[in-house]
Amino acid sequence: MKKSLFNKDIIFWGLFVVVFGSVPFLKQSDYHLMLANSILIWGMFAVAFNMLFGVTGMLSFGQALYYGLGAYSVGLVVKNYGPSLFLPAIGLGVVLAVITSILVGLLVIRLSGVYFTVLTLAFGQLAWQITFRWYHFTGGDDGIQGIMPSGVLENHTVYYYFTFVLVILAIWFLRRVANSPMGLVLRCIRQNPERVRFLGRRVRRNQLRIYVISSFFAALAGGLMTGVTNSIHPDMFYWTTSGEVILMAVLGGIGQFFGPFIGATVIIIIQDVVGARTEYWSLIIGLIMMVMVLGMPRGLVGEIRGLKARFAPGRMSRG
Amino acid sequence: MEPILELQNVTKSFGGLRVTSDVSLSVAQGSISAIIGPNGAGKTTIFNQITGYLKPDSGKIFFCGQDITELNTRDIVTLGMARAFQVTSFFPEETVLDNVRVACLSQKNKTRNLLKGVDDFKDATDQAHKILSSIGLEKEADRPAFELAHGDQKLLDIGIALALQPKLLLLDEPTSGMSPDERLLTRNLVKKLWKEFNLTLIFIEHDMDTVFGIAQTVRVLQMGRLLAEGSPEEIRNNPEVITAYLGEEVL
Ligand SMILES: Nc1ncnc2c1ncn2[C@@H]1O[C@H](COP(=O)(O)OP(=O)(O)OP(=O)(O)O)[C@@H](O)[C@H]1O
Ligand SMILES: [Mg+2]
Repeated sequence: MKKSLFNKDIIFWGLFVVVFGSVPFLKQSDYHLMLANSILIWGMFAVAFNMLFGVTGMLSFGQALYYGLGAYSVGLVVKNYGPSLFLPAIGLGVVLAVITSILVGLLVIRLSGVYFTVLTLAFGQLAWQITFRWYHFTGGDDGIQGIMPSGVLENHTVYYYFTFVLVILAIWFLRRVANSPMGLVLRCIRQNPERVRFLGRRVRRNQLRIYVISSFFAALAGGLMTGVTNSIHPDMFYWTTSGEVILMAVLGGIGQFFGPFIGATVIIIIQDVVGARTEYWSLIIGLIMMVMVLGMPRGLVGEIRGLKARFAPGRMSRG
Repeated sequence: MEPILELQNVTKSFGGLRVTSDVSLSVAQGSISAIIGPNGAGKTTIFNQITGYLKPDSGKIFFCGQDITELNTRDIVTLGMARAFQVTSFFPEETVLDNVRVACLSQKNKTRNLLKGVDDFKDATDQAHKILSSIGLEKEADRPAFELAHGDQKLLDIGIALALQPKLLLLDEPTSGMSPDERLLTRNLVKKLWKEFNLTLIFIEHDMDTVFGIAQTVRVLQMGRLLAEGSPEEIRNNPEVITAYLGEEVL
């Protein structure tokens, strides 16, 4: 049991470091670097989201709120005070996300199941509306273009490795959380919250903790993404952003820690390949999702592990 | 000696239905006792009120001398009370070991730890293994709990409660759904655990061999009322109890 867990981690980290570490050497254009960078950032976002959904059983449909908060903190600070504040602005976005997620969390975590989901969606849409309407501050529908980090980070390769390291640290941290006593309690909350109370634990308190942690990384993702696309746009707050991260997690497999990262990789590549050929890429994504949900309910990684378990002696474990 | 648990005139209704009717009782420290009564008599509801899962409409509940009537479940558990459930309650996807270990970690207040692995907590892990040995599930430690047979799941539920190192342990029908053989084993196990862990133990049970076999005191509930209370001998010969619940076959 312990051994297979160990192997799974080694395989992921090995592939991860080799593949993403070598992109700057193998790329044919800066576009490839940008693509790889998006995968890293969205992969982190999806893994953090899944700590909420797959691990604790809280389906937030409003993580765009924090993603947008992270992005707009950077965009507005850089626009108003200059690119030298790019990094502090990422920090600001994350701090704002923590404060906001505590306040919003205290309100929404009292509800469970679909009510929680709907209320998170409502808060996300509220933030989108405000951003959309408050033209002279946020740039409204136009967003803000030309957001650049300053100094060495201006170099695309340096920026890429900068996010690479941050994403490694983030995923390593989340992996530790998943394996910690608190991670165990979170899984127990998903399976049987009533019994967790009878263990003498506060269910809502733990739900709030992971909600804040997950939102922290959503904001970090939003902030880092501005350095890749060099722009911000109200769509970052829109429900489709929340939907996309859910899609990534479900596609990769919410029962697997690394599944959502694989899901993010697949979706971003599909968007890129299919999007370049046809404008119907969202239709294709929709079809893939239908096939997934009907035919592979455990997600890509979950189904592959299921196949392996069927052909190998010994029992399958959930990670 | 001061009783470990005391109920004073506890009353509870659901809509118009009186499910707990002016129940007063006191449970001696270190005792093992049973609550019996027909289906729907209000036995589980009494447990729900003792553990803070439901609030009584009126009356008071004391645990170790402290008024716990208004406390919530979490705080009551922290004071040293644990419970296993009539409808088996555990964490199906976790291993049998982790089901017990999460309770050990909770009891040691280690569940806020984010960065150490569960395996790094040696004492919690050792203690979980010890409890699995006590309830005879050591062999199943690495299996996901949903794979266990029903009887073993009942035992696991008890193991989770035991891991909290309670002073007072409440078991709701520990032998329900078991075969006669399993029931005998469980009866002996409950008695063994009571001694081994120095517990005060209250159990609800329909199996009369278990009740009269291991309880020092038996309380009979009928339609929310405490009908009788006494030694197994007294209860067995109480004419009111016989007509209300036991019927002829026990004689
Ligand atoms: N939360 C609730 N809301 C409404 N009615 C309830 C609730 N819980 C229990 N009841 C009712 O209260 C009565 C007593 O239920 P309780 O579960 O305490 O019985 P019991 O003595 O444990 O029975 P059994 O031996 O079948 O387990 C039943 O009529 C039940 O339907
Ligand atoms: Mg009952």
